[in-house]
Amino acid sequence: MKLTKLLMAVVVSATMLFVSCKPKDADIKADVEKALAADPMMSNTTVDVKDGVVTIGGECKDDACKAHCEETAKAVKGVKSVVNNCTVAPPPPPPPASLTTVLDEATQQTVKDGLKDIPGVTVEFVGDKAVLKGEVTKANRMKIMQMLASAKVLSDVSGLTDKK
Amino acid sequence: MALQDKYAELLQTATTLGVTDLASTEQAGVLHVSGTAKSTADYDALWELYAKIDPNMASGDLLINIDIKADAGARLKVTTDSSNLNIRSTPSTEGDIVGKAAHNEMVTLVEKTNDSWWKIKTDNGEEGYAFAQYLSPEA
Repeated sequence: MKLTKLLMAVVVSATMLFVSCKPKDADIKADVEKALAADPMMSNTTVDVKDGVVTIGGECKDDACKAHCEETAKAVKGVKSVVNNCTVAPPPPPPPASLTTVLDEATQQTVKDGLKDIPGVTVEFVGDKAVLKGEVTKANRMKIMQMLASAKVLSDVSGLTDKK
Repeated sequence: MALQDKYAELLQTATTLGVTDLASTEQAGVLHVSGTAKSTADYDALWELYAKIDPNMASGDLLINIDIKADAGARLKVTTDSSNLNIRSTPSTEGDIVGKAAHNEMVTLVEKTNDSWWKIKTDNGEEGYAFAQYLSPEA
C-alpha cells in the first residue's frame, strides 16, 4: 500500500516535471516561424501550434519547397508532428505565342487570304510588319485587326482610312 | 510597362471574363496578350474595348492573340458577310474546294488545324478546311 502510494507520487511528479519541461506551444511557434523565415522560397507563411502539433500554411514556389518546409518545421525542438497546409503556386502561363512571330511566306499568304474578301485594301510586307492601305468600314477594320492578330502579324494600319 | 497601363482596363476585363492562360508581355513597343476566351461574346467585348482604348486600333502597339474556347465537336456559326464559305481539301487557298457552307449555317469543329485554318464538318457530311476567321464558336 505504501509502495503503491509512493509509486503514484513518483508518476505524478514525473508527469508534472515532464510537462513543465516541454517547450510551450508559443515558444515552438516562434522557433518554427524563425526557421521558416530563413527560407526565401516561402511567402505568406502562417504557423499554428497546438500541443506540439504544428500546422504550417503559406505559398511555396514548388513541391520541393513544400517538402523542405515540412522538414524544417519537424526539426524544431518540441515539434511532435507537422500538418502541411502549404500550397504550391501554379506555374506561370507561357509567354504569349505571338512573341515568336515570323513573317514568312506562309504567314504572308494567310494575311492575303484574310484580306481576299475585304475590298479596297492592299497589303505590303515591310520588315516584320504588314503595312495596310485603303478605305475600310468600321466592321471590316475590326475583321482585319482580328485576322492579323490570329496570324500573329504586327501591322501598320496608319494608311487605312474610314469609309464615309 | 507603359502599355500595360494603357491597356489596363482591357487586361482587367480579360481577367474578369475568366480568360484562361492569360499572359501579357511588352516587347519592342508592342504589348502581346494571349489567352483563351470562354465565348465569342467575351472575345468581341475585348476587341470592342481595344477599339475604344486605341481609336481605330491604329497605334500598332497591341497584338491580342486571344482565341475562343472550342473543342472538337463544338458548333460553329459561319460568319461570312453574306457569301458562302469554301471548304477545302487542304488548309490553304491552294486546296480544292470540296464543299461550301452557307452564311449563318451551323457546322461542327473537327480540329483546330492552326490559327488560320480549322477542319470542319457540315451537317450534310461535307468535311474539310475552312478559314477560321469566318467561324464563330457558339455557346
